[in-house]
Amino acid sequence: MSATPAPPTLELRGVTKSFGQVHALRGVDFEVRAGEVMALVGDNGAGKSTLIKCIAGIYSIDSGQILFDGEPVSISGPKDAAKLGIEVVYQDLALCDNLDVVQNMFLGREDHDALYRLREAPMEQRTTETLASLSVTTIRSVRQLVATLSGGQRQSVAVARAVLWNNNVVFLDEPTAALGVAQTRQVLDLVKRLGEQGLAVVLVSHNLSDVFEVADRITVLRLGSNVGVYEKSATNEQAIVQAITFGEQAAEATG
Amino acid sequence: MSSAAPPEVSAAAAGELGLADIARARWEAFKGGDVGSVPVIVGIIAITIFFTAKTNIFFTAVNFSNLIGQMAGVTVIAVGIVFVLLIGEIDLSVGYVSGIGSVAVAEFQKSGSSHDYPGLVAIGLAVGICAVIGAAQGSIIAFLGVPSFVVTLAGLLIAQGMIIYLLGNEGVIGIQDHQIIDVANYVLSKNTGWIVAIVFTALLAIGSLGTYFSRRRAGLPTGNLLLTVGRVVFYGGLTFAVVAICNHSRGVPLVGLVVVFVVVLFSYLAGRTTFGRHVYAVGGNAEAARRAGINVKLIRILCFTISGACAGLGGVILASRLNSVDLTFGGGTLLLDAISAAVIGGVSLFGGRGRVSGALFGGLIGMISNGTDLVGSADWIKYVTTGTILLAAVTLDTVARRRQATTGR
Repeated sequence: MSATPAPPTLELRGVTKSFGQVHALRGVDFEVRAGEVMALVGDNGAGKSTLIKCIAGIYSIDSGQILFDGEPVSISGPKDAAKLGIEVVYQDLALCDNLDVVQNMFLGREDHDALYRLREAPMEQRTTETLASLSVTTIRSVRQLVATLSGGQRQSVAVARAVLWNNNVVFLDEPTAALGVAQTRQVLDLVKRLGEQGLAVVLVSHNLSDVFEVADRITVLRLGSNVGVYEKSATNEQAIVQAITFGEQAAEATG
Repeated sequence: MSSAAPPEVSAAAAGELGLADIARARWEAFKGGDVGSVPVIVGIIAITIFFTAKTNIFFTAVNFSNLIGQMAGVTVIAVGIVFVLLIGEIDLSVGYVSGIGSVAVAEFQKSGSSHDYPGLVAIGLAVGICAVIGAAQGSIIAFLGVPSFVVTLAGLLIAQGMIIYLLGNEGVIGIQDHQIIDVANYVLSKNTGWIVAIVFTALLAIGSLGTYFSRRRAGLPTGNLLLTVGRVVFYGGLTFAVVAICNHSRGVPLVGLVVVFVVVLFSYLAGRTTFGRHVYAVGGNAEAARRAGINVKLIRILCFTISGACAGLGGVILASRLNSVDLTFGGGTLLLDAISAAVIGGVSLFGGRGRVSGALFGGLIGMISNGTDLVGSADWIKYVTTGTILLAAVTLDTVARRRQATTGR
């Protein structure tokens, strides 16, 4: 790979994480650059979820380094990750069904005055603008309860929440897992738009056709270590499947 | 649609909704399980008609202001319970914690003792002690993860034991302090009552119209101006009607004002502040709240603190009403009445749904107790009726929750 002047937005070097006897991550290297969609693929138990949770500050790493814009950083809680502009859209979405779209978008970061009184009008305005900028048009009212939204709409809200905060890095954990054909379409378009807006996007997915549709590069994890990083243009689905199941050598043999 | 509004108003309001649209949206929400206060209001009307037909003392000005005094203590305790229910927990200790509040306020005004404080100081201390008890229970629940059911059940027993210990030898403490007695027994002069009604209506109008116009300035959907004005007129009219009825007998009881103040204050806290928003979030999805960076433990502790403080204030009101405190305080049906009031008022036991004002509506279920006493029916009727209504309210909540889940898909 040719050297690029700007360091990656987010970079992991030799990150390990164990839970007792289980070594979930064994020295993982990973990077994602601004404006690209990096796919993170791997079989069940490959360490994808652990990796995300380490970056989100839910788990702390045992050893290794996390670099942000080339600078080493320590992430010891969700607030640290949020401060760096790293946002994770979880598989189970982490939305509150009993709150409306605006309330969910600003959850934990509400716009308030000195007396902690909520400023609803600006929050509602920014929600509407953000949804519009992502061309999310299917949500009838931003004051609808999230409980009344469809799966695709909920996913859109979760993604829009990540965008609202001018984040630098957005992780999407299986964003299309529970969606129908049309809704998957919506969300994939949304993922592409995030990359075009200059964010560093990490797409975690089992679905290789989704990955090949939106990703620029693909990182393959296997049994807690990374097998390799593949340019989408220089590989194919079979090679990735090989890498996921058998590791690097097998992938190189076929690819 | 809104032909009554001047043309420039309807033209300027881009987000103005027609009355028909609002009615349709409400009906859809209603069918979807968001029934709001409708069942409890229907219930209150039914109860009123029933007892008015049974006895001619029920629907009188004297009984009305009496009813305010009877429901005040329970309603204030129920306001605290609402916060605990909103985060999906339960507080079984509020009955006897309010008893601690009663004993404390009586003890701190006892003349001739070393702690003979002025009434307001005694009230502050009583509420403060109960808030600390709530905070302690909340901390055990939040930090150690012990289920709230067990922690507050233990709290119930400990508080009951403390009441017996504190009242020990005498078994009763009389209250002489006028400030404390006034809490439940002072009656506002008729003119003061009218001034209160005017101020309340004015604040309501400023609040509602302020929201309407600030949203319109921001170019956001505003709801309907007619409906906003109509709401102010309705609640303002209701306030004036209440004051008129009270003035027909002795006047507006101060305790009624205390209840309204507590309900408005905590409604504001729950509905308009970041704290309130976080309470609903924790009740709706605690994991989502945690990931959003909300301090879930702190919210839990604060909700139990509010529950304790409200129980304390309720205890002060109950003690003030009887001018003395004895061993029966905090016991009886007080705990269940308070929880029933919150649940009947539409607060979900599953967390995250309901309003503080529900406690006020639910408190009106005290009408049943009041009515059966007036009619002179046996006690068993009171319990069976209240039990049936509570069961109906919880069933409605469960069904509503299921409907809300299904209409979401």
